[in-house]
Amino acid sequence: MELTLWTYEGPPHIGAMRIASSMKGVHYVLHAPQGDTYADLLFTMIERRGQRPPVTYTTFQARDLGGDTAELVKGHIREAVDRFKPEALLVGESCTAELIQDQPGSLAKGMGYEIPIISLELPAYSKKENWGAAETFYQLVRGLLKDSPKSESEHNPSKWKTEGRRPRVNLLGPSLLGFRCRDDVLEVQKILAHHGIDINVVAPLGAAPADIIRINEADANICLYPEIAESTCIWLERNFGHPYTKTIPIGVGATNDFLNEIHQLLGMELPKQEEEDGSQSRLTWYSKSVDSNYLTGKRVFIFGDGTHVLAASRIAHKELGFEVVGLGTYSREMARKVRDAAKELGLEALITNDYLAVEEAIKESAPELVLGTQMERHSAKRLGIPCAVISTPMHVQDVPARYSPQMGWEGANVIFDDWVHPLMMGLEEHLIGMFRHDFEFTDGHQSHLGHLGGHSTEKETKAPSFYQEKVQSSRPEHFPHWTPEGESELAKIPFFVRGKVRKNTEKYANQIGCKEIDGETLLDAKAHFNA
Amino acid sequence: MSGASLLKETGPREVFCGLTSIVWLHRRMPDAFFLVVGSRTCAHLIQSAAGVMIFAEPRFGTAILEERDLAGLADAHEELDRVVKNLLTRRPEIRTLFLVGSCPSEVIKIDLARAAERLNSQFNGKVTILNYSGSGIETTFTQGEDGALKAFVPLMPSSDKKQLLLVGTLANAVEDRLITIFKRLGIENVDSFPPRQSTELPSIGPETKVLLTQPYLTDTARVLKDRGAEILPAPFPLGVEGSRLWIEAAAKSFNVDQSLVTSTLEPLILRARKALKPYIEKLTGKKLFLLPESQLEIPLARFLHMECGMELLEIGTPYLNRDMMKPELDLLPDKTRIVEGQHVEKQLDRVRKNQPDLVVCGMGLANPLEAEGFSTKWSIEMVFSPIHGIDQASDLAELFSRPLHRHDLLNTKQLTST
Repeated sequence: MELTLWTYEGPPHIGAMRIASSMKGVHYVLHAPQGDTYADLLFTMIERRGQRPPVTYTTFQARDLGGDTAELVKGHIREAVDRFKPEALLVGESCTAELIQDQPGSLAKGMGYEIPIISLELPAYSKKENWGAAETFYQLVRGLLKDSPKSESEHNPSKWKTEGRRPRVNLLGPSLLGFRCRDDVLEVQKILAHHGIDINVVAPLGAAPADIIRINEADANICLYPEIAESTCIWLERNFGHPYTKTIPIGVGATNDFLNEIHQLLGMELPKQEEEDGSQSRLTWYSKSVDSNYLTGKRVFIFGDGTHVLAASRIAHKELGFEVVGLGTYSREMARKVRDAAKELGLEALITNDYLAVEEAIKESAPELVLGTQMERHSAKRLGIPCAVISTPMHVQDVPARYSPQMGWEGANVIFDDWVHPLMMGLEEHLIGMFRHDFEFTDGHQSHLGHLGGHSTEKETKAPSFYQEKVQSSRPEHFPHWTPEGESELAKIPFFVRGKVRKNTEKYANQIGCKEIDGETLLDAKAHFNA
Repeated sequence: MSGASLLKETGPREVFCGLTSIVWLHRRMPDAFFLVVGSRTCAHLIQSAAGVMIFAEPRFGTAILEERDLAGLADAHEELDRVVKNLLTRRPEIRTLFLVGSCPSEVIKIDLARAAERLNSQFNGKVTILNYSGSGIETTFTQGEDGALKAFVPLMPSSDKKQLLLVGTLANAVEDRLITIFKRLGIENVDSFPPRQSTELPSIGPETKVLLTQPYLTDTARVLKDRGAEILPAPFPLGVEGSRLWIEAAAKSFNVDQSLVTSTLEPLILRARKALKPYIEKLTGKKLFLLPESQLEIPLARFLHMECGMELLEIGTPYLNRDMMKPELDLLPDKTRIVEGQHVEKQLDRVRKNQPDLVVCGMGLANPLEAEGFSTKWSIEMVFSPIHGIDQASDLAELFSRPLHRHDLLNTKQLTST
């Protein structure tokens, strides 16, 4: 048993629902008790969709368990097929149904329907949402393509040249409840069109089973979200010889690499000037502009799904000049890649499901900016640290009305704004730095950092909550004590570095065996760490 | 009983399970914690139903069953003990811990009653450990509160004091207001259940008169009766009339002079009717369709028809306790179509066919119905909003007239802009 207060991922059948709801002409019969229907609101409320997800729940009850639940499942399948007339049927079960072992998939297959029936086995007690989505997409593609001729040895991704047509690719992985997928697809499509590359199929988002069947008409695949599409891309490569891209075009550098990769895969020449100026995004110049000077070495903590944290760490480090002080993911499937990326930055990756462990790690690394999920947004708020959300789990806030991709050139622009605005804007922060002794900028000054007004953890430590008790009690007994004079010196330090200075000073005091920290200790520590 | 036509329907349902009640119960009793023994789905459900992740440390959590817990039951009990110990070490302020059964824990038959007993002896009075079921195979949405309260009843101290007990979670402000009104009527001993602190349970006995504030407390009412209490039959305190009849039921039982009742309530009623007026204008003659969810459907329909003049197309309810609902059913017009249970697809077909002006429904259905051009109101809002009592009648009506008002606003704008 695992104790959870908030979770980053839902169960695997939610992943299956994401695939079914993303597509057209697919219906999902889910053997599940009453209550599991809550999942509809993820789509109709969080995504603000105007349609119900194409899911029929069997909503069995305790009194059904004594009787023939198999007949109940069949009845619902029959009704769903009659009513919705799907082109393909997904059949699966939620955690409780898994326990009663009705095997709805086999039941459905025995009912003599003409349409393809995909039976989903998603082990609810060991797997989670993204895995469920990937497995569903893979099973669906495999099921629909099983009669297509396999031609892995013959496939030539440059065949478009001899056929006298434009190259075409599939965009695989975008789905509902994925982070900004809707806009990412548009952006990537725009960029590819600019380079003369056509889109064959986008899937699962917006695809019908008929589209899946013509998936192997593409020259290559673009794996946009490895969490969802990697297993499918690997299978397509093995069976049809389709190569797929490994770079996720989030950030300026990655978008360039992505373009390089796809040009190479398709045997195309990347236009020269494209390579040189490197960017059609404003991020590069905005980041270089003098106003961004204040971003230098900002300490940033990154946590979220694998794809987005990998991208974020590269952008933070290479494109914005931040210092990454923490990197982690809840995507166990992506753990290895994230560990490697962390290692390169001299960090140890945090791979966990426990948002409290993430909060501890944030506190520990004392960042100036958190890039995380909605959970980290709340942790950061409590700690008085600015935060931008870069990853699922989805919140209604992450489905904005405006065009707001993460991928491609425009995605890089969006990322610059989204990450930098929670920090104080450049000139403003410079002025606060220069005039910090003016009364306007004393501690009462309201900054952009929400209700704490940039007071960081100082005030928070006084809050009589359990959470704080825990913080204090976790401090060792011999921890050095701040004299009132030391505290008042510390208060003169601008709030945005105060947490770090406090920590460093305590570390220094511990090192030299000093029990009381006064103003002098603070200055000594400053000199020590600057040296 | 009135001439309402009662129909039973079975089929796919779109209703929350009893676990969802935790979302308001944990706010009512800040010293209690609700530990769902269930699956990742349960955890995800409560998180999604709670909607916004605003709590630093929520007072609910899930002990997620994993593959190895399914292997053997003894193992599951040890695991549960470990999780509970961890939790109570981390959260020493918890006074009452509810172990909440879920679909998977019930299917694999984890005996939570036995677990609670065992843990109770281990924690030796420092924390009270109770259990109830919030599973979707046993309970719907608001029934979770019924289960939690029922679990409390054996712990309530006995008393022979003549007293009034209000049963069901209310907003604090509303509860205070109702108690003030009873005091004006000379009913001094008024207590409420659940209490605001889980350790301050009210007493119960043969001289306790119970007024239910919520219609979904069937089991709790039964065990209170077993403890000797008398359940006063009354409609539920929604709207002016429902609240008046509800208060009068207590007044009668406490032999309060009718003239005192009249002089106390009359000014409130006059004021409430005045406040209701603009909403009545908006709602009267409009067609209402209620899909089943919270059990509040029948009292709401009664108020919206009787006092706001709405036409009732259909009242859906997850289940119907005829005894408890009798005072409500008596107030409904003849031939009102009441449907117990649900076949969500057929019900939506009827919504489309009947073209109501307003649909009361669960959260999963609201936006799709809006997209089809229907105005909707979420059922769940009724269990969170202060809607009980005479003074709240206009606020209650406002909740229903707002979607219609909004619909008009946006349509008018579209007309003028073209």
